[in-house]
Amino acid sequence: MKHDIAGVFGASLRRKMVLQLLVVAACLAVLLYFTIRSTADQAAEATQDAILGAATTSIAEQLRGTEDGVEIDLAYATFSMLGAIGQDRLFYRIDISGETVTGYDDLPLPDDPPTSLAASFYTRDYLDAELRIAAVARSMVVAGRSVPVLVLVGQTRMGQAVIADRLANRAALLGLGFFVLAVPLSLLSAGSVFNPINRLAEAVGRRGPRDLRPVRHPAPRELAPLIGALNGFVARLRGALAQTETFIAEAAHHIRTPLSTVRTQAEIALRQSESEETRTRLRAIIRAVEESARSASQLLDHAMVLYRSDQLEAEDVDLVELARHVARAFGPTAELKELSLHLQGDDAPLMTRGDRLLIESALRNLVDNAIKYSPPESEVVIALSQAAGMAVVEVRDQGRGLSGATMPQLAARFSRGGNVADVVGSGLGLTIVTEVAAALGGAFRLTPRDGGGTCASLSLPQR
Amino acid sequence: MRFLLVEDNAELARSVCDLLGLDGHGVDWAANLADAADCLAVASYDLILLDIMLPDGDGRRFLNDRRRGGDETPVIVMTARSAVSDRVTVLDSGADDYITKPFDLTELEARVRAVLRRRGGAAQTVRRYGDLSFNPLTATVTIGAEARDLRNRELRLFEILLAAPDRIFSKDQLCDRLFSYAETVSDNAIEVYVGRLRKKLSGSQVRIETVRGLGYRLTTP
Repeated sequence: MKHDIAGVFGASLRRKMVLQLLVVAACLAVLLYFTIRSTADQAAEATQDAILGAATTSIAEQLRGTEDGVEIDLAYATFSMLGAIGQDRLFYRIDISGETVTGYDDLPLPDDPPTSLAASFYTRDYLDAELRIAAVARSMVVAGRSVPVLVLVGQTRMGQAVIADRLANRAALLGLGFFVLAVPLSLLSAGSVFNPINRLAEAVGRRGPRDLRPVRHPAPRELAPLIGALNGFVARLRGALAQTETFIAEAAHHIRTPLSTVRTQAEIALRQSESEETRTRLRAIIRAVEESARSASQLLDHAMVLYRSDQLEAEDVDLVELARHVARAFGPTAELKELSLHLQGDDAPLMTRGDRLLIESALRNLVDNAIKYSPPESEVVIALSQAAGMAVVEVRDQGRGLSGATMPQLAARFSRGGNVADVVGSGLGLTIVTEVAAALGGAFRLTPRDGGGTCASLSLPQR
Repeated sequence: MRFLLVEDNAELARSVCDLLGLDGHGVDWAANLADAADCLAVASYDLILLDIMLPDGDGRRFLNDRRRGGDETPVIVMTARSAVSDRVTVLDSGADDYITKPFDLTELEARVRAVLRRRGGAAQTVRRYGDLSFNPLTATVTIGAEARDLRNRELRLFEILLAAPDRIFSKDQLCDRLFSYAETVSDNAIEVYVGRLRKKLSGSQVRIETVRGLGYRLTTP
């Protein structure tokens, strides 16, 4: 059954949710990696640019025009500032009036030549390395003439790459760590989301098959529509059951009242008729009416037993008091057959626990059977005793016995013994008793008595 | 005896009245609870036969109210619902007994007798015939100073014969009245009970006469 249900539903919502959380976590980790990496690159470049720019500007500012040329003072401090960045190589070039006067004359020039001391920066490949170059321009008076001066300072980017790589590695580790942490977290969060559903399912599953109270289990707001639908369904089911009960009761009323009329009319006709043939027919009619009325009531009792044994209302029941009550109810019926119906072992209470109506129904069926199958003027005894923690009610008769029929045969629905064709019966009586015994954790046994008759014994757990 | 039958189904009520009438009982019929209250206001009854489902209410509530009002008339509830729970509520509401529809008149009479006996005999119904007196409630026949107890079938047989003295009853007719239709009995079962009743009546002028080929009748010189 459980497997069938699992088959109806598709993929696990929980697995889907965990997967989605993990994909999001992976994306976030990759994004984190690239963000850190590009930020690190930008930061390193900005640092290099600042130093390069400062160095270049400082060189340009230290150029001094003289009468016979230009004096260049490449201060050590300027280059030590650049050296701080790492093992990078340095290149420079100073052009005056378009002529390279010192440095590497093939150091690449910027696309947009600078016009002031504010440095412009660019990146170029030079001698198998990538160079970051700062360029500034100024004009100078040399030999009374104003000439343009261009100063370029280039530096390889090795140190920057090392720093960026180190940072990127850390970023990758961080992203990986983030992802690894996200696995258990997403499992946990999926669990906490689905736990209320599982708890709700458990609470509903724990219920007895006839527990039709509305579900009041605390659950998240998102489950409210589900619980609402469930409760609506439960209410409809309860309504249907209640309707069935009322229907059975009313059906009984509407079937039995006309049956009563038929029976009474037939009885009057029987008393007034002199014709033997008519009388035989009338007797057959009365018998049939009796049989159908009996079947109707036994079916009703049987339905009641099935219904109630699923929702046991346990209370303390005194079997002695119950047996007295049943004996009193059957007194006139026994009297009609001049049967002596009496109790034995009824001086002290005999307590059991269970549904009083179920036990009474079982006992009634036993006594009814005993009276039906007893010859006139015999004895029916309801004996109460206890044995091995069980309260035992025995109904003993001096009737026709079981004629070899076995318990399972007699207890089956609508099955009757082979020696009872002349007695009206529905074949449900012993079914009811067996079901009651099973519902209350007891046992029911039929045994032939020495010297004829039957002993029906119903044992129930003693209280 | 005088009965009040409270039953809304007219067909059933009429046939029950007829049947009880055949046995010499007086029956008043009320089709609903209001009529029943009217009847009870003007007459007194030995016993009320009360249906549960009535057009103007629940018989059990009616009974409950009457009991609380101090009315102690014995009541047998006729119920169409045989579930045990119904039987319990019927007795809780103050009924003396209940009988499930459709019922056997003989069973009804047996229950009526049991109820009246338990109530200490609401009405004295001693009948005199010839030199004997008969009390159906205590099931005794008194001849002179000697009281004899009748067993159930002897009592019923005597009641049938006494209801119409000198009338001849066939064995068949007696059989139908004495035994339930659910059991099959041989013809000579009647002879057994007639023999026993004769023994109980010995010493009295009242005799059960065999009319050869026709049946039995009760006579007194």
